[in-house]
Amino acid sequence: MVLLLLRAAVRTPLLRAGSGAPGKCPPPPPPVLCPGGVRAGSSLPLPAGSAGVSRSEPRARHGHGQQQQQQQERCYRLYPGHIPTSPLQKALLAAGSAAMALYDPYRHDMVAVLGETTGCLALPNLRDKMRHHPEGYRILQERPRIRLSTLDVSRLRGLPDGSLGREYIRFLEDNKVSPDTRMPAKFVDDEELAYVIQRYREVHDMMHTLLGMPTNMLGEVVVKWFEAIQTGLPMCVLGAAFGPIHLSARKLQVLATELVPWAIRSGRNASCILNVYYEQRWEQPVESLREEIGIFPPPAVRV
Amino acid sequence: MAAAAALWPWRAVLGRRGGALRALCGSVRGLAAGTQTHFGFQTVTEEERREKINQVFESVAKKYDVMNDSMTLGIHRVWKDILVHKMNPSPGTLLLDVAGGTGDIAFRFINYVRSARERQLQRKLRHHQNLSWQEISESYQEEQFKPLGDSQVVVCDINKEMLKVGKQKAQYLGYSEGLSWVLGNAEELPFDDDKFDVYTIAFGIRNVTRIDLALQEAYRVLKPGGRFLCLEFSHVSNPIISRLYDLYSFQVIPVLGEVIAGDWKSYQYLVESIRRFPPQEEFKAMIEDAGFFKVDYQNLNLGIVAIHSGFKL
Repeated sequence: MVLLLLRAAVRTPLLRAGSGAPGKCPPPPPPVLCPGGVRAGSSLPLPAGSAGVSRSEPRARHGHGQQQQQQQERCYRLYPGHIPTSPLQKALLAAGSAAMALYDPYRHDMVAVLGETTGCLALPNLRDKMRHHPEGYRILQERPRIRLSTLDVSRLRGLPDGSLGREYIRFLEDNKVSPDTRMPAKFVDDEELAYVIQRYREVHDMMHTLLGMPTNMLGEVVVKWFEAIQTGLPMCVLGAAFGPIHLSARKLQVLATELVPWAIRSGRNASCILNVYYEQRWEQPVESLREEIGIFPPPAVRV
Repeated sequence: MAAAAALWPWRAVLGRRGGALRALCGSVRGLAAGTQTHFGFQTVTEEERREKINQVFESVAKKYDVMNDSMTLGIHRVWKDILVHKMNPSPGTLLLDVAGGTGDIAFRFINYVRSARERQLQRKLRHHQNLSWQEISESYQEEQFKPLGDSQVVVCDINKEMLKVGKQKAQYLGYSEGLSWVLGNAEELPFDDDKFDVYTIAFGIRNVTRIDLALQEAYRVLKPGGRFLCLEFSHVSNPIISRLYDLYSFQVIPVLGEVIAGDWKSYQYLVESIRRFPPQEEFKAMIEDAGFFKVDYQNLNLGIVAIHSGFKL
């Protein structure tokens, strides 16, 4: 009985994966049973974890058939880098990544995986918020990506102090981070939601800039509190709740008395941060953008 | 089950070509030039397969041992111990461990031979108890105390990263004597004919692209009387255990790979490659084809793992 339930759990993502995909992709090619699939004793013909992989057609070396096949392959996997997973695998991933992220906070990839596997309710919510806002809708249509290759770093550096572009570059340089190190989405079974979470990750650095928080543990926890209120992603909530474990008592005090109340107030007051087309606002002063979004000025504490 | 049994003679024929023909027969469309083979459940050319496997092991090398322990809950250590006990090497044995990467078999071999040598020396000393003091001290000077008794193990692996990890482990654990590390391809070993007493390959032969060539090479480098031993994941015939095993393999192992090593795809490949490997009887036939005699296999854990053994006579 349990095995049947588990088998059902294993099979479902193939249906979910199909329903979420936008209309432009052709339906997936008919399944090609791998010859090894009829082994004696093995009754599970196609394990879900390899669904996207096992159904790939043999890649012809030459000819235009190759491109079409690759396109079909990619389409079936919904987006490049997509790994289809069963609900059981998602549950195991969520638990495992939460434990690993707590054990080793430098495993950013685990935080990312936790966000993807637990965001099934919050991500559609975020996507709808974006759809119902003119600027957010435009972002969903145009799908901008924040990457060093697309940013004109020298131009941004030349902008006046206090402008979003200048402060963002200053933030990247001071903390020695780069927007290119954001993990691409892997376990989200909907291509648009995968973009939403990708956008959220790339906007995270903007949050640091707007909130004036560095990338040390304390700063990250404050940003997580803000994002938890804003996005409702379980990963942010967990990060906000458990992140302080690694902090010293003095920092905890600062956190509890000043930073967290400010982050909560700002988070509730601010409009959705994903609805701002940051790439078109580099020249805007940070203060004015804060006011526009509704973020209160950060408290005068050394973080 | 009957269908699978009927497929067996075909699979025996296909199996001998090491998967290339199997891939050809299984594909829907006609194929262009280039021998097709499998990489997990995908179909790729032989060159692509070698390159992909190279990348897999480059990326898993550092976490290889941690992952082995977590995936098998430490049981892989028991399997490897059983392999070395089955080998029962005596001091003076020359072992070639192919795909030996991180050195697990090599270290166990050295430990086994060391304790065998100690017992040998103890027996010798007991013989000498009735001699005079002078005669005893002379016998000490005659031969140096060779702790390994001239046994040697050569660890051969195709991947530099795995060898690097193996060498670091050897240094850390204090193994230096009787150990050599060679970069080489199992399909084309950089050794002369009739050199080794024992050839082992543990959890490596399923990653070889042309298994038949690897078996032929094994036959070539072994001395007459030499033994071939292969420890590899194999097929479970019990249907209930097989289902549980499949469930664990496909649901849990890639997740472990992602959480511990940050690499889902390599471990997805691993579980798929296990399913692609020929079952016990078929592999036994392949070994016999390469010229080995007295070929036999021993199932461990109901067929999850099997040790195949053959002799060059």
